[in-house]
Amino acid sequence: MISVHHYLLLSAILFCIGIFGVLTRKNAIVIFMCIEVMLNSVNLTFIALSRHVGNMDGQIFVFFVMTVAAAEAAVGLALIIAFFKNKESVDVDDFNMLKW
Amino acid sequence: MYSNLWLIPFFPLLGSIINGLVGKRIKSEKVIGGFATLLVFFSFLVACQNFFRLLGDNVKTHEIVIFSWMSVGKLQVDWGFLLDPLSAVMILVVTGVGTLIHLYSIGYMHGEEGYYRFFSYMNLFAFAMLMLVLGSNALVMFIGWEGVGLCSYLLIGYYIEKQSAGDAAKKAFVVNRIGDFGFLCGLFVLYWTLGSKGVWTFNFVEIAENAHLLETGGLVVTVVTLCFFLGACGKSAQIPLFTWLPDAMEGPTPVSALIHAATMVTAGVYMIGRMNILFAMAPSTMLTIAIVGAATAFFAATIGLAQNDIKRVLAYSTVSQLGYMFLAMGVGAFSAGIFHLMTHAFFKACLFLGSGSVIHGLHHAYHHAHLHDDPQDMRNMGGLRKKMPITFITFLVSTIAISGIPLFSGFFSKDEILWWSFGSTRGHWLLWLLGALAAAMTAFYMFRLVFMTFFGEQKTDARAKDHIPESPLTITIPLMVLGLLAVIGGYIGVPAILGGANHFHHFLDPVFGKSLHLFHIEAHGTHATEYTLMAVSVAVAVIGIFVAWVMYIKNPELPAKFVTKFAGAHKIVFNKWYIDELYDFLFVNPCKKIGTFFWRGFDVKVVDGIVNGVAWVTRGIGSGLKYTQSGYLHNYAVAMVVGVVMIVGFYVFG
Repeated sequence: MISVHHYLLLSAILFCIGIFGVLTRKNAIVIFMCIEVMLNSVNLTFIALSRHVGNMDGQIFVFFVMTVAAAEAAVGLALIIAFFKNKESVDVDDFNMLKW
Repeated sequence: MYSNLWLIPFFPLLGSIINGLVGKRIKSEKVIGGFATLLVFFSFLVACQNFFRLLGDNVKTHEIVIFSWMSVGKLQVDWGFLLDPLSAVMILVVTGVGTLIHLYSIGYMHGEEGYYRFFSYMNLFAFAMLMLVLGSNALVMFIGWEGVGLCSYLLIGYYIEKQSAGDAAKKAFVVNRIGDFGFLCGLFVLYWTLGSKGVWTFNFVEIAENAHLLETGGLVVTVVTLCFFLGACGKSAQIPLFTWLPDAMEGPTPVSALIHAATMVTAGVYMIGRMNILFAMAPSTMLTIAIVGAATAFFAATIGLAQNDIKRVLAYSTVSQLGYMFLAMGVGAFSAGIFHLMTHAFFKACLFLGSGSVIHGLHHAYHHAHLHDDPQDMRNMGGLRKKMPITFITFLVSTIAISGIPLFSGFFSKDEILWWSFGSTRGHWLLWLLGALAAAMTAFYMFRLVFMTFFGEQKTDARAKDHIPESPLTITIPLMVLGLLAVIGGYIGVPAILGGANHFHHFLDPVFGKSLHLFHIEAHGTHATEYTLMAVSVAVAVIGIFVAWVMYIKNPELPAKFVTKFAGAHKIVFNKWYIDELYDFLFVNPCKKIGTFFWRGFDVKVVDGIVNGVAWVTRGIGSGLKYTQSGYLHNYAVAMVVGVVMIVGFYVFG
């Protein structure tokens, strides 16, 4: 029997993978994908708990998160393309112009 | 019925705004000056109309509300005007004398830099002064009160390129502020005291009606009136705040005539008259006023004896005559004080304008001969009566009037004051003595001025002496009108003892009658006493004139001998009793020292130190922490994750 704990555990594992990816990878697109993984892990938590509690609010929230994620993907990818046009690179270590 | 009252202050305000805004573009001096003069003249016409209406009216107090100014809780303040005999007299004097002086200025200020500025300020002054005398409550009056102070400052400092003019303007302003402080304090105490008895008001009529709520002779009414008197001292140049007025002579002569002789400086007298019921309730304040007034009259007269600058003599004479008015107010001779205010406005304005005419002529002559002598120094004058006949005659007439020679206006007003100061229930023979001595000195120094200026041989530089012209008509017409008024102006107030009906006194009775009646203020004594006093005051005036004649016409070498014999006394008087030096020592220099201390010690070290210290610390922290902005995305991501973990950890495990 798969209980709500299993969903939450899976969600936590996905979230940690996401964080790990954001912190360790250098490729901007990969980092971006990791953020999406984190978002989706949160979505999973929402849906699992929504089902568990018997309240639909969580699922509605997920729609919002997905909408925001879509918008974020559009803006983020556009930024990465713009950057690539300048630097011929998508390595975040090259994104270091804003500093002291 | 009196609904056009608002036009009286409105016309000058309009003139001030128009001349101030577009005057610079108007090239013609005649247009600027004529426009300004005409508007004050319109005010005069409206004032006349209202005055004659009031004469024929049985009700003597009219309050006209234009619109509401503020309404806060129980306090209701209106933009309102009060027309009663007192304000009617004042608006006639202000607009009448004001018109003449505006007309005079057209000729006198010819060719001056900033001609339009002068007329804009003059009109603004007329507006403020009319608000002061017409305001139906103390707040409207205060607007006028501050407005005339401002215009006085602007006009004393009219010659902006002169350091001395700027200093004099500042001095006048600062000294006036001390008085204004007193005025405001008095107003607040009065407001709160009446308010705590259920009457929240600034309205003069309501204050007078509810004055009985205060205890007669009590602490409150004494404090209130003393505060008001401090305000009056500042405005009207009484001891101890008189030092600004002689310095105010730095302004153009028409300004001295209008503001520092005829109108503004009498605002203090007017204010006491307006609140006469409160003052009547405070006998100790009245006594203070009488003493200060008599002392000022005497003291300023002594200084006037030895001055050589023609305008300074007149300035000290003004201080002295204002002292007379305060003496009158202090002994309860309210109507006599206002009467003297009016006659003084006529003859002193005439004297100032006459001196302006002389200065104008000498200035012209010196300019012609390319000399740089002082055109205001009487030692450079003499014998001008043939050169300037109209100026001479009007000046002489006004001098006779101020000296108190019978049949001239000053005699009636001054004599009434002296009689009251002797015979009033609030008078004393010592006050009379001071007044009479001041009268003798007045006659002396005024005739000294006339003799030095118009008689004797001409002491003007030979290269200039043949080029002194009589002034043009715009200057001489006001002189002639004012000279005429200085002769006949007194006949509206001939006392009963001389067979007159004292119309002036009866006209003002609705304003002053109540307090005189309620507090039993009256002048009593036999006819014999009154005649004797009159004879004495005429005698001392004649003696003063005779001494002046002996010293300056018959034996012109006498004054020099006098000076060497009484060198010490002369030096003290000539240096104005060292009052300015005393004030510098007592107040000005300590204030400067305190200021320097707070500047160097407190402001530079403490305030700036704190501000600069904060900046220094911030910069230090910033220069250390800036290395956290590495520009590497991972560092920021780690920081965020660590932060989130810490916050979550705090809430979960904390």
